[in-house]
Amino acid sequence: MEIEKPFDYIERIPGGAIITTTVDKVLEWGRECSLWYFHFGLACCAIEVLMAAGAARFDLDRFGMMFRATPRQSDLMIVAGTVTKKMAPRVKRLYDQMADPKYVIATGSCANAGGPFADSYAVLKGVDLIIPVDVYVPGCPPRPEALIYGVQKLKEKMRSQVAKKHNLSEEENKANV
Amino acid sequence: MSSRIRTELVEINMGPQHPSTHGVLRLEVSLDGEVIVDLKPDVGYLHRGIEKLAEMRTYVQFIPITDRLDYLSSMLQNAAYVGAIEKLGQIEVPERAEYIRVIMMELNRIASHLIFYGAMGLDLGATTPFLYGMREREDILDLFEMTCGARLTYNYFRPGGVAADLPAGFYQKAKSYIKKQRERLAEYDDLLTNNQIFIARMRGVGVISAEEAINYSMSGPTLRGSGVAYDVRKADPYSVYDKLDWDVATRPEGDSLARYLVRMQEIRESLRIVEQALDIMPPGKLQYKTPLRLKLPEGEVYHHIESSRGDLGVYLVSDGSDKPYRLKWRAPSFINLGALSRLAKGWKIADLVAILGSFDIVLGEVDR
Amino acid sequence: MSETTESTVRKAFPEAVLDASEIDGVLNLKLAANFLLDVCRLLYSHDDLSFDYLADITAIDWRDRIEVVYRLTNLATNAKVVLRVDLDRNDPQVESVSSVWKGAEWQEREVYDLMGVRFIGHPDLRRILLPEDWEGHPLRKDYVIPD
Repeated sequence: MEIEKPFDYIERIPGGAIITTTVDKVLEWGRECSLWYFHFGLACCAIEVLMAAGAARFDLDRFGMMFRATPRQSDLMIVAGTVTKKMAPRVKRLYDQMADPKYVIATGSCANAGGPFADSYAVLKGVDLIIPVDVYVPGCPPRPEALIYGVQKLKEKMRSQVAKKHNLSEEENKANV
Repeated sequence: MSSRIRTELVEINMGPQHPSTHGVLRLEVSLDGEVIVDLKPDVGYLHRGIEKLAEMRTYVQFIPITDRLDYLSSMLQNAAYVGAIEKLGQIEVPERAEYIRVIMMELNRIASHLIFYGAMGLDLGATTPFLYGMREREDILDLFEMTCGARLTYNYFRPGGVAADLPAGFYQKAKSYIKKQRERLAEYDDLLTNNQIFIARMRGVGVISAEEAINYSMSGPTLRGSGVAYDVRKADPYSVYDKLDWDVATRPEGDSLARYLVRMQEIRESLRIVEQALDIMPPGKLQYKTPLRLKLPEGEVYHHIESSRGDLGVYLVSDGSDKPYRLKWRAPSFINLGALSRLAKGWKIADLVAILGSFDIVLGEVDR
Repeated sequence: MSETTESTVRKAFPEAVLDASEIDGVLNLKLAANFLLDVCRLLYSHDDLSFDYLADITAIDWRDRIEVVYRLTNLATNAKVVLRVDLDRNDPQVESVSSVWKGAEWQEREVYDLMGVRFIGHPDLRRILLPEDWEGHPLRKDYVIPD
């Protein structure tokens, strides 16, 4: 998929350069380079995907991602682990508390579709039954590199949403973002 | 002071999503100002019903699920379950496989305690120990990955042995890791153990006496921090632990600092065990042939091991078929957590975080 | 040690012990349900026996009855004993041992939650792992998983 650069046109003039772009693109560029993620670790995936990915070897901070403990300050929710029926209303509530624009990455088989516990009486078969998911990262648990790849895919999706915006009408635009 | 001002208890809710509760744990806390008057843990947010799942899976199909209970010590969970199968089915394990098992179990114990070290610092507000602990843990995960291909959930043990042999280069890599870890432990002590703020926040906080700890059925480092030298590896030896030279770590004080120091000492003891096992490990077979659709004779067995969290027991009842009739997972974190409300009463919220951190629970095991 | 345990219990409560056997070298005593709390008190406080550590409380659904299994250890001597009681499947009730071992509180709540056994005298008997409004006891063999 061809991704447009955020900078459309650079004109070099004596003493500097002028960059012309659109407000949407700059805002989107700011958003994708500082995704603050909501620390929503439930089970084993939390250790691999959140703790190991955020720590020494696979640093997530170099992508500008910081973990926040509260949904009010975050724009990305990484659901890592099994969502049980007891936990499901809380997941929905926390998702509702996040401010727009917000994104969800579902990591691991349990968040994607129930995982190895899918036929249990107490497990929800995938978190997309209660909240909309943007990127699914498969694995049990996925390697931290897989999460980083998932974040890159999310950034591509964010960029493509902005690219589409200019050709859409007002209502379609609102529905997309 | 409160005679003229009417005060009320404040009920606050910690969790189930909270950065310091080590998972999806909900605590209903009643406060008088800042002091905890009552505490009710609400668990079950990660209850996946694995005991019912066990009745629907064959014995070998259930091994990967045991990985995901206490996900920080998967090798130890595997060991408990597979040990129960071998006890009931009278399946022998070759000696080389037993030594490999001990090496893997102790390396897993060190990895789990390194996360405890990092999370303890993180709970109290220090973010650096977390990065130090995870850095060393990555070396252990490299060793696991070269052996069985996975970083967190290994599915490595089989009834009658282990799944694969130690690859070429494992011996040198493990030895160099042990040397590095011993040097780094001095760094950890500089950073956290000898830190005045850390000691002030942990010493004397959440004290439980030996008799009370035993009455609450506590086990593991949480019990050994109160002076009770109960370690299943010495009390009911299994595998080849009785052939190796190591000591049980205990401390008499019974406070959070004692529980922390016990775990740091256990890292040192585990390094000793791994070093010895690497040297005296004999060559040989890895697994005696066992059928994939294993059928166990009718009967029951209770097998318990010393997991990084305590006395982990597996109670297996078989009706002669290839699936368990009843599997009970005696989870140490669940039972240790039952004592939290007794320990936390009278302390402040900040101390509650220190006490909960010193218990080192894993919610996957608490809720099963 | 197993002989002393069994003989002490039989001497104190002659009608309590319905059956005695040995599994994996551990003494298993089948007790009448109404004597459970008395036997537990005896095993805990008796000088020679002093089983101070309650390792595990489980229940098994045998389709015609529910069996509750208690696993006790004496940490000092590493002596072990297992107590078993059979309960009526339609209305399983037994006295709570949480007055003897505090560690029984949460374990009995779990057995109530997943198997439906009521523990008389328990300070706070309510569901612990499943949501409070859950219906049914999943570990029973006739449990039907709802959609």
